Amino acid sequence: MVTFERFTLANGLRVLVHEDNATPMAVVNILYDVGARDEDPERTGFAHLFEHLMFGGSVNIPNYDGPLQRVGGQNNAFTSNDITNYYITLPAANLETAFWLESDRMLGLAFSEKSLEVQRSVVCEEFKQRYLDQPYGDAWLRLRPLAYKEHPYRWATIGKELAHIEQASMDDVKAFFARHYAPDNAIMVVAGNVETGAVRQLAEKWFGPIPPRGKGVRSLTAEPPQREARREIVHASVPQDNLYIAFHGPARLDRAYHTMDLLSDLLSQGASSRLYRRLVKEKPLFSEINAYQTGSIDPGLLVVEGKPLPDVPIDTAENAIWAELEALAAEPVGVYELNKVKNKVESTLVFGEMAILEKAMNLAYFELLGDAGELNREVDRYLSVTADDIQQLAAQMFRKENSSTLIYIAHADA
Amino acid sequence: MPMLDRTLPPAFRPITGFDLIRPRLVTFGNGVKLFVFREGTQDLVRIEWVFNNVFERESQGLLNMAVNELMLEGTSAYSSAQIAELVDFHGAFLVPQFGYDQSTLTLFSLNKHLGNLLPLVKDILTDATFPEAELETYVRNNKQKLQVSLKKNSFVARRLFNKRVFGPTRYGYVPGMADYDRLSDEALLAQFLKQCTADNCTLVVSGNVTDDVIASLERLFGGQWRDETVAPAADNPPVFVPPHALLMVDERKEALQSAIRIGYQSIQRRHPDFPGLQVLNTVLGGYFGSRLMVNIREDKGYTYNISSALVSLKHAAFFTLASEVGVQVTKATLAEIESEIQRLRDEPVDEAELALVRNYMMGAMLGSLENIFSHADLFKNVYFSGLDLDYYDYYTQVVNTITPDTLLRLANTYLDYDKMVKVVVGKLV
Repeated sequence: MVTFERFTLANGLRVLVHEDNATPMAVVNILYDVGARDEDPERTGFAHLFEHLMFGGSVNIPNYDGPLQRVGGQNNAFTSNDITNYYITLPAANLETAFWLESDRMLGLAFSEKSLEVQRSVVCEEFKQRYLDQPYGDAWLRLRPLAYKEHPYRWATIGKELAHIEQASMDDVKAFFARHYAPDNAIMVVAGNVETGAVRQLAEKWFGPIPPRGKGVRSLTAEPPQREARREIVHASVPQDNLYIAFHGPARLDRAYHTMDLLSDLLSQGASSRLYRRLVKEKPLFSEINAYQTGSIDPGLLVVEGKPLPDVPIDTAENAIWAELEALAAEPVGVYELNKVKNKVESTLVFGEMAILEKAMNLAYFELLGDAGELNREVDRYLSVTADDIQQLAAQMFRKENSSTLIYIAHADA
Repeated sequence: MPMLDRTLPPAFRPITGFDLIRPRLVTFGNGVKLFVFREGTQDLVRIEWVFNNVFERESQGLLNMAVNELMLEGTSAYSSAQIAELVDFHGAFLVPQFGYDQSTLTLFSLNKHLGNLLPLVKDILTDATFPEAELETYVRNNKQKLQVSLKKNSFVARRLFNKRVFGPTRYGYVPGMADYDRLSDEALLAQFLKQCTADNCTLVVSGNVTDDVIASLERLFGGQWRDETVAPAADNPPVFVPPHALLMVDERKEALQSAIRIGYQSIQRRHPDFPGLQVLNTVLGGYFGSRLMVNIREDKGYTYNISSALVSLKHAAFFTLASEVGVQVTKATLAEIESEIQRLRDEPVDEAELALVRNYMMGAMLGSLENIFSHADLFKNVYFSGLDLDYYDYYTQVVNTITPDTLLRLANTYLDYDKMVKVVVGKLV
């Protein structure tokens, strides 16, 4: 149970406070309702590049990191296809420093040319490190546009290509800030050894004067239903073949979301899961195999990913995965097995409450989805999933016409 | 209301210390030590069974790792599949972790399931059987994984670095394909019986550790573990000879980035200069605002990340610096690293930067103590270095009072770029 208080400033900034006095620390987490899905298709990777620029100095504070480190704080941020999330951990006694820093960069950035030039280069190195310079690193750069044809989930957070980042201009940066970085487009969670009254005063003092900028209306093209099996085969300099099959599934707020999550757990959560037990251990067809779902706000993907053993033909490997997926559609999962994945979800949620940062991020995310209180009802949503729900969703999702398959074939010389 | 001056930082308090939770020590009848960190807001526990790695040959690191990982693959009473089912059904995580000096089996569980899980762990730790078929699967899959890892420049650089810095010793050992083929079920079992013994086990338990939990642990792990006991093997570490400085280049013609590793042997935690050297390392490359990050990432944009670290092992220690940089700026990066290290040897760190680093380090320490698990982690750091929690009083004192002159002395004693091993995997341009 994560308790919290909630209030909204006159400028539209939503503030949530979670008091946890077992720690001497505080967390300030600010979620901006902007992600890679909000980008122009010709300027992708921008939300993430922008996240880097948020550390390049703000209108009144030339250096963001130094003053925070000086009071014993640490910070970081991440960008996803849906959101951009910034967080600070610092000694609770120095909480006000976080308010000072975060409010100033919400008010305005320094927009330094030097910072833009350097961060373009840093992000290009990140692109190479994570996506280009390691085997299968570009899988998601290929899989997204295979599965999504219309929706902006068709590109990865890092961007479609290096050129989009290299071409980002200061005008683009300013326009992006004006459109998305505003109190009425943000959710702030303050957690840890803090007191709600004091947080309210600090919020009014530092964030209250920031003018609202009006929340833009998001109108994204919905992904049309997929009607044909899709397939991409890559001959690459990789050591082994690799296989990805992606299926369209429900959106985060869809009733079936938790069912999809349990489906992926049945397939690959833990050493007793179906894919691992049957296709790695009993029939040794794969050296490793995993299933996971993207958890995105708009309709997401469930992906099965596996590396076949060297002597296993790719179609044998593929058919074996399909047999497991079709089994979930053909027969209801037993009580024991369903309880098993539910038990794991329950304990994972309880362990998640051990860390204030995780609690703060979760509160912000659930508030974005509509209501932070839903975080505490999450476990019930999982527990109420039935064997029937699982079977129906499996039948609906695990169809060839709903699949996008990406195959890496290893070069002989690799 | 006065106008808010946003250019002025709010007042702050330097962090000068932190409160550590001291464990309660329970010693079982068979000598097993149990360190208890109790905090009861959530009904869960983390239980760690820690074993010192036993080496008869310095090149047996893979055998030790395989013992740790394959314990979960079967006992006389339970098959691999049954163990996996029991752990998963009870919502638990049972995780083997292999380190340079210790092998650990960690159980994360809600208290309500311990009655079902602890007897299973007992069975694993006393009666693992290392079935041949499971070993085959393990070898096959891990060779595949190694093949993929060997395509990653940073992985290859770390291996070359360890080998060069520590030579033919346990810390310099890196497993190759052929080592996997040499594993045998007999060797695994023999090593297991030598290493996984009550004499060699330390228990660290954190979370809602009630008296009931302690009693269950004592009942299961406080008596004789096996009918026949094997005499504990003496640990005779070799002499760790400092390596000769060398620039090693492993050229990868298709690389977009070069992985860089630089460093050499250093001092251990129990050396009086250790905390001071940690301060120096923080200045150089130990946090986001470090000189390496500010110069090589934030000023030049050569990399996504660059960092350095000081690692203390049971019998040795090392300093290491790592980055992945665009191939075209590899040489330029090496030159900048050299000049940053040289600057620490030539010029005293100024007071403002030092004050920032002191506060950052104390805040990071405080922040690392956010729950009971982290208190246990800090304890393990010192306990397995042969120290006790008083070490952190000394650490706090050094961080708060070290002077620029002392840092200058430490840089000239412990950071000498010319003597370091430099590894580049990628292209040296």
